[in-house]
Amino acid sequence: MSKIPLTDMDAGMRGKVVELQGGHGLCARLNAMGIRPGARITKISGQIMRGPIIVRIGATQIALGFGMASRVLVEV
Amino acid sequence: MIKKILLMGNPNVGKSVIFSRLTGVKVIASNYPGTTIEFCQGCIGSGTSRIDVVDVPGTYSIEPNSPAEEVAVSILEKAVATKDTIVVNVVDATNLERNLNLTLQLLKRNIPVLIALNLWDEAKHIGISIDADALEKILGVPIVTTVAITGEGIKELVSRLSAAKPGAYEYIDEERWHEVGRIVDRVQIIKHKHHTLGERLGDLTIHPWTGLPIAVIALLVMFFIIRLIGEGIISLMTEPFFENIWAPLMMRISHLLGSESVLHKIIIGQLFEGTIDFGQSFGVLTTGLYVPFGAVLPYIFAFYLALSILEDSGYLPRLAVLLDNALHVIGLHGMAIVPMFLACGCNVPGVMATRILETKRERFIAATLMSLSIPCMAQTAMIFGLLGKYGVRGLLPVFITLFTVWLIAGNLFKLLVKGESPEIFTEIPAYRLPHFPTLMKKVWMRIYWFLHEAVPFVLVGVFFVNLLYAFGIISMLSNIIGPFTARAFGLPFEAIGALLIGFLRKDLAVGMLAPLNLTVKQLIIACVILTMSFPCIATFAVLLRELGVVDMLKAAFIMIASAFLVGGLLNLIL
Repeated sequence: MSKIPLTDMDAGMRGKVVELQGGHGLCARLNAMGIRPGARITKISGQIMRGPIIVRIGATQIALGFGMASRVLVEV
Repeated sequence: MIKKILLMGNPNVGKSVIFSRLTGVKVIASNYPGTTIEFCQGCIGSGTSRIDVVDVPGTYSIEPNSPAEEVAVSILEKAVATKDTIVVNVVDATNLERNLNLTLQLLKRNIPVLIALNLWDEAKHIGISIDADALEKILGVPIVTTVAITGEGIKELVSRLSAAKPGAYEYIDEERWHEVGRIVDRVQIIKHKHHTLGERLGDLTIHPWTGLPIAVIALLVMFFIIRLIGEGIISLMTEPFFENIWAPLMMRISHLLGSESVLHKIIIGQLFEGTIDFGQSFGVLTTGLYVPFGAVLPYIFAFYLALSILEDSGYLPRLAVLLDNALHVIGLHGMAIVPMFLACGCNVPGVMATRILETKRERFIAATLMSLSIPCMAQTAMIFGLLGKYGVRGLLPVFITLFTVWLIAGNLFKLLVKGESPEIFTEIPAYRLPHFPTLMKKVWMRIYWFLHEAVPFVLVGVFFVNLLYAFGIISMLSNIIGPFTARAFGLPFEAIGALLIGFLRKDLAVGMLAPLNLTVKQLIIACVILTMSFPCIATFAVLLRELGVVDMLKAAFIMIASAFLVGGLLNLIL
């Protein structure tokens, strides 16, 4: 078991969110969309040149910026 | 006694469709989060049994994270105090878990709740089955299953409104997602399904190496379809109508009035070799009707048809992700393509749609940039009409110049405008096949808006221009400003009238260039200056409302200054 940021995952990899490294505002926004510790997450793709990351949580596909994604730590 | 219903739920779950079904009020619904940015109000019934219905912008939680969400939360806060309001919580059955997170928050707010479990057919279709009765027992509030787009379940929804009651479900806030998980485990069964061909194709549109080429192709196809439909309607329908049916009628009126009278000048305009030229005569009933109905409307229809297909399929948010990096160059994130796209139709809804961007800085950049460098479809149609006959040589310089302006001005804004620009953070909705009747209704609403808001301006504009000419005001202004524009932009004195009228309606202004026998170079310069210089009066009003006086003045100054600069440069280069 290793803990890596969302940005380091390969497309298609699954994992479990373990930590959100951010202020209250960022955590609240991520949490409202379902990205919260304990959630099972699948990375669908990342864009080139540090573009947005696309993940799936439950039935929702979410696009989030690279900086935001680097603050989401996932256990894979 | 229920007096008011708030339709609340996550973004993109079909609140606006349910709203339309309930009230008969037509509102724009699309397949991306954030279509409804301002609340919309309608009602059911009348007299004492009248119930107001409010279509609240979508929100993921009742702790607001964006301006649209703030609107939603403040509406809810006010409603809790009134005691005669209920919430109809619209829940996406294909995405129960995330939706219930908001539902549980609503249930804690001492306000009666009724749940509409929407997209019920689609959930079944993709193998999700939900025990709605069990869910109703767990949550303690009534649940109605609905398929808003076809109207299924709406009657039952109305009949059960009075059964709405405050939630009795107890939980600890910090444990909310766990609670949601437990509920979902009890009521929902998902049959495992393999990826369908559609989903595989869908994934291709968002992977960088396949997605970008697909995006380029999709946009080119869209452009050519708009051109094809627009041109097609003009050459097969509107032009024959005006030439063969309208012209003889107008000629009769012309004879009645006598070609020298002032009334003739205003109503019919000028005759060319004894006949009406709809592009140039400039009477209220000739050019005044031809510009909006003959030349612009076909393109408006074509554009909104193509745009609505893009919107309803769910492609726009994917395009936003693909183009995110490109938009960072101008200080915005990917979702800014939504207002930019809308601005290509008309800058007014474009400026309003900037509310899906989170900060003031982003909204200023987006609104100013689109007023500066994105011509609306009415103007584009007239530019095509005027420069189309020169082909690529005439059209390309205009659009390349505008794109360059967009890029350079955007870069400068990014450097100079203070404030924050957050990253993209959006849900990517599932692809949906557009529902044709709903789509056409939306196209019609947008056309209606054009007919209602724009056509009167064109008619008044033509009337006004004729008066100004008759009193010699335009020639007076031409003599004052003319020498300057002649030197700086190489434009004749007569073009001043068009540049001034640009403030009223840009399509009309471009139309006024037609009788001046301008060279290609002059036409290109005039079209670029008209696009950049000043927002039309409708855009001006919406900029004022959305940006406030100070920022609007800043934006207007930027527009005028850069129009002079670019006009002058083009005069030197071309």
